[in-house]
Amino acid sequence: MRRLLLAVMTLWWREVIRFFRQRSRLISAFAQPLVFWLLLGAGLGQSFRPTGAPETTGYFEYLYAGIMVLVLLFTAIFATISIVQDRREGFLQGVLVAPVPRWSIVLGQALGGTTLALLQGVLFLVLAPVVGVHLSIASAPATVGIIFLLSFGLTNLGLMIAWRMDSPQGFHAIMNLILFPIWILSGAFFPISGVPVYFEWVMKLNPLTYGVAALRRCLYLDNAAGAGEIPQLAFSLLITSLFCILTYVGATRTAAS
Amino acid sequence: MPTIEVENLHHAYGARKALVGVTFDVSQGEIFGVLGPNGGGKSTLFKILSTLIHTNRGRVRLFGYDQAEKPHEVRKHLGVVFQHPSLDLKLTVVENLRHHGHLYGLWGRPLQGRIQTVLDQLGLTERGRNLVETLSGGLQRRVELAKAILHQPSLLLLDEPSTGLDPGIRQQFRSHLAYLREQDGTTIVLTTHILDEAEWCDRVGILDEGKLVAIGTPEALKDQVGADVVIIDSSDPEGLATRINQQFGYGYSLVDQSLRIECAQGHEFARDVVAAFPQEIQSVRFGKPTLEDVFIKVTGHRFVEAAIKENRET
Repeated sequence: MRRLLLAVMTLWWREVIRFFRQRSRLISAFAQPLVFWLLLGAGLGQSFRPTGAPETTGYFEYLYAGIMVLVLLFTAIFATISIVQDRREGFLQGVLVAPVPRWSIVLGQALGGTTLALLQGVLFLVLAPVVGVHLSIASAPATVGIIFLLSFGLTNLGLMIAWRMDSPQGFHAIMNLILFPIWILSGAFFPISGVPVYFEWVMKLNPLTYGVAALRRCLYLDNAAGAGEIPQLAFSLLITSLFCILTYVGATRTAAS
Repeated sequence: MPTIEVENLHHAYGARKALVGVTFDVSQGEIFGVLGPNGGGKSTLFKILSTLIHTNRGRVRLFGYDQAEKPHEVRKHLGVVFQHPSLDLKLTVVENLRHHGHLYGLWGRPLQGRIQTVLDQLGLTERGRNLVETLSGGLQRRVELAKAILHQPSLLLLDEPSTGLDPGIRQQFRSHLAYLREQDGTTIVLTTHILDEAEWCDRVGILDEGKLVAIGTPEALKDQVGADVVIIDSSDPEGLATRINQQFGYGYSLVDQSLRIECAQGHEFARDVVAAFPQEIQSVRFGKPTLEDVFIKVTGHRFVEAAIKENRET
């Protein structure tokens, strides 16, 4: 057992060290969503007001939670995309012939990616007061908790893709065709109320919708009305937890085959 | 019990057969070379021995454990040097070794001790704190070897270890391997497409088009060829061959538009043949047989041609 823990820890630590030694990755995973937020928030703020949210919530504030999830998604992808190359001509080759089970390799990688996303997420959380989201003793730790869950689920999703891909280009294609649309249709970009019915169903079936909802619920823990018309916290947490478990199992299975 | 037992091993990727009925053993403490042109099946054999892929058919046992049934047991005793670098460039030498050690259950003081030992053994002590990406290719290769032997494996597998190394460093790398075998009795199996590297092994298996076409010590294999090899270039090689056959009674093979003749007293034959056909002969080369000659004898084509042919097909 100690041996397995040692393997998980060492792989986890390696991901963290690598990330910090590649500053450009660190910065771009954070800066890209930030720029996106500033441009869209400023550009759409005057002409677009989110439906189902309180009068006082501007688009800038609405988009905040969505951009938070995008920061997590980008970090998770940046952390996992390197695995494609690493497996074929890198450190991972050696890991694959070491006497450790695949699930422990995946767990180490998942925790590594999760740690990085969590750090970036907390860094972004510092900006909350700027848009008028005031964190309290209750809502701040709750938000960090949900950021952790989301980071873990998204990293697992990244791992599921990375272990299947033969080239980083393939990963980029999946990112543009699947991951980005999942984010757009999660209530991160525009609210679920006010979209056509068929669209509403797509959004309701999207697991990330509940991740974004859980995040909003936690950010507005002390002011439930501020979160707008979105799924309840308990149900959102349940779906997000299930998402984490299923993606972890999925990633382990992909790695084992 | 042999360290490696391979019995009637077959492996195919879809319709393409990579290995066809390969059988051989490797004993403890032996240096065994798998020689063959690129695409001959070496990489597949390497992947199977290193437990990266399972066998389709046939049986592979390492240290008495079946590769397919007990990969975990096999992996504990296995050290692997891959053809592509398997170091993390963003980590220092010691960090790479430490992570690797953890994967084999080593930690704390014992791990620290092992790291120091392998660094000393390979003359890397000064480089411990350097980031791997700042090291030269030769040094990186040495760190690869340090990593592979850190957990004291009883079998060291190396995939094309000399690729990309200049001759001096190649020589140095080999002396490290020889030392390991001497010191720890480590069994060493390497794949190579470099004839000179195979010459250095205790025994060589020649792999061509997925088949093990010859196996033995380099000397025994070369003895199969016969005493000497005489190669003759001519504008009409086939016509000349017939006449040489009539006059001297030697058989021949036509390789790459050159006549290749094996005979006992090569130097006398070379003199006589030039005297007999001064007009037809453009050049004559005479030499002791090499592993390349062995390859030609058992496969009927040249080593380089096999690689070119395979590259065209894939």
